[in-house]
Amino acid sequence: MKRIKCFAVILALALGAVFLRAQAPEGPIRIGFIVPLSGAFAQNGRDILNGFLLLLDEVGYRAGGRQIQLIVEDDEAIPAQTLTKARKLVESDRVHLMAGTLLASSGYALAPYVDAQQIPMVFPVVSSDDLTQRRRSKWIVRTGWTSSQPNHAFGEYAYRTLGYRTVATIALDYAFGWESVGGFQRTFEAEGGRVVQKTWTPISVHDFAPYLAQIPRDVDAVYALFLGRSAVQFMRQYAEYGLKGRVPLIGSGTTTDEAVLISMGDEAIGTVTALQYSAALDTPDNRRFTAAFRRRYNRTASYYGESMYTGGKWVLAAIEALGGRVEDRTKLLEALRAAKPTGLPRGPVELDEYGNPIQAIYIRRVDRVNGALQNTVIDTIPRVSQFWKFNPAEYLRQPLYSRRFVPGT
Amino acid sequence: MTYLITQTLNGLFSAALLFLIASGLTLAFGVMKIVNIAHGSFYMLGVYVASTVVLRTGSLFAGAVVAILVVAAVGFLMQRVFLRRFPADPLAQMMMTMGFALLFRDLALMIWGGDPFTLQYPGRLRESIEMGEVVFPSYRLFVIVVAALVGVGLWIVNEKTLIGARLRATVDDPEMASAIGINVARLSGVVFAVGAGLAAFGGVMGGPILGGYAGLDFDLLPLAFVVVIVGGMGSLKGALVGSIVVGMIDNFGKALVPELSYFTLFAPMMVVLALKPTGLYGRA
Repeated sequence: MKRIKCFAVILALALGAVFLRAQAPEGPIRIGFIVPLSGAFAQNGRDILNGFLLLLDEVGYRAGGRQIQLIVEDDEAIPAQTLTKARKLVESDRVHLMAGTLLASSGYALAPYVDAQQIPMVFPVVSSDDLTQRRRSKWIVRTGWTSSQPNHAFGEYAYRTLGYRTVATIALDYAFGWESVGGFQRTFEAEGGRVVQKTWTPISVHDFAPYLAQIPRDVDAVYALFLGRSAVQFMRQYAEYGLKGRVPLIGSGTTTDEAVLISMGDEAIGTVTALQYSAALDTPDNRRFTAAFRRRYNRTASYYGESMYTGGKWVLAAIEALGGRVEDRTKLLEALRAAKPTGLPRGPVELDEYGNPIQAIYIRRVDRVNGALQNTVIDTIPRVSQFWKFNPAEYLRQPLYSRRFVPGT
Repeated sequence: MTYLITQTLNGLFSAALLFLIASGLTLAFGVMKIVNIAHGSFYMLGVYVASTVVLRTGSLFAGAVVAILVVAAVGFLMQRVFLRRFPADPLAQMMMTMGFALLFRDLALMIWGGDPFTLQYPGRLRESIEMGEVVFPSYRLFVIVVAALVGVGLWIVNEKTLIGARLRATVDDPEMASAIGINVARLSGVVFAVGAGLAAFGGVMGGPILGGYAGLDFDLLPLAFVVVIVGGMGSLKGALVGSIVVGMIDNFGKALVPELSYFTLFAPMMVVLALKPTGLYGRA
């Protein structure tokens, strides 16, 4: 008797579960979001999240006729933690898709899991080249950029338009630095320029003095790649050692992005960098976005802030295209790849068949306007793909940029 | 020649900052035999407190004074209220300082946010000195001189005053020191506070160049430990010599073989430990 009762209860529960499952599309769409919100990268993570929150507020947390529920997790910028949080989001919260993360190491840690779980994920920031190239993942849609993407365009620009012939580089000694410097060197030297010296500094560097003393004074320009606090420190010490005003400074977009520009002074003025976004980009869409971001967060939107506003537009467009039926993951992935959102702050973007954006690269110069530093857009290179002007198949046959290896040099 | 002069001055600047941090660390170890993981946090808190003061008053000097007082008070309370409860248990004390370090890190993030910043240069020290081919920032020279003065001050206190005598007695043999009437517990509190204040002062001195940012606390801690271990735990003279050795080696190592910057930093430490396990001036 007891056994029958037990059986009946189980049957009832099972039936209930089936019933609930059938009803599921009526519930909210659950989006899992992972960024560092504590630790050294907390502010970057906060900016990425804020861009998304701004967008979700604009649409009233609704898309495709359904409510959107955002579940935010803090990965502390520790790859193992990123993975733990992803497990929680997928296996316990049962999210329909995921977005986020900041560091390349976290991105690479996630990729196999995302593939195994077959859960669509949007990468708004992680820029490691191979995530959409040699080690691309079917389930990852990148709405950000590859590290070498702006630098391919910038290398050619530095030779043709800026007129530089010799450049010394100084960059952080890890994949992001290698891929960026590699991209720059490849196209710069293809034009006929020469990178005469490459200096790699450990990520933990804070005193640049030993490196700055060795930078040749007779090059046409110095290319610098730093980010976060190292960018702020480098900029100050570049001036401190009398290099500013003597050797023009150029570099990666992160060296002067708006998140670090607010911490810099006059020493940054005149630096020319390349990125797919500038808060000073003078288009109606961007003016509207930066004004809204400033109103709400009392900060200038950086490329981090813009990243998930644009990434979020991808998510919303996909949900709209499916009429809110996001339960079929394959369909959701297809919708994400096919989405063509408009009104993006950074300008028109489309995804290539490898899942990476083709977008304009802006050449930006740091100016002081109305008392504040900004990245004035001085030139635009439209429709830049992650493969630049190279043939994708040929490009992929060559190894990834590394500290020593740059194809064609 | 130019290169040698510039890099030597750079090395001395690193040594100056390291000395300000490591002297407090080594004193605390000498008296209390604890490894203070939160020592980097004192450095970080120093920059952050100073940034608030500098923003209000525009004076780096005021920032330094307030930072030293505030952080020394924090150190004093930490020792008197918490660490004191585990006098014979260095492991518990160490874990507690670890806890404090994480606490301070999150507090700093909550109060000051996560944006990096640098402090303003004081007065006219923004400019660089140019002598022929040598370009050297005048502020860095200033820091070298200030650290040297602090070193002299600490030496006088340690060697020529009654407090210094008590301090040395306690470092040598805490039990005997307490038996002859030295209040070791109170002395520990004072030493801990002075160490915290020195670290905070180091933070302010480094502020215009290295600035403050989330994660600063644990960036400098390993360097300070290397200095203390090379110099000998508990020895002020060791902290001074260790700072110069580590500052120079680190600087020339980075300049000559940038790819091996960690090797050139830790290799000398291992050599010293292999030859003299107590460090250059440490006692067994």
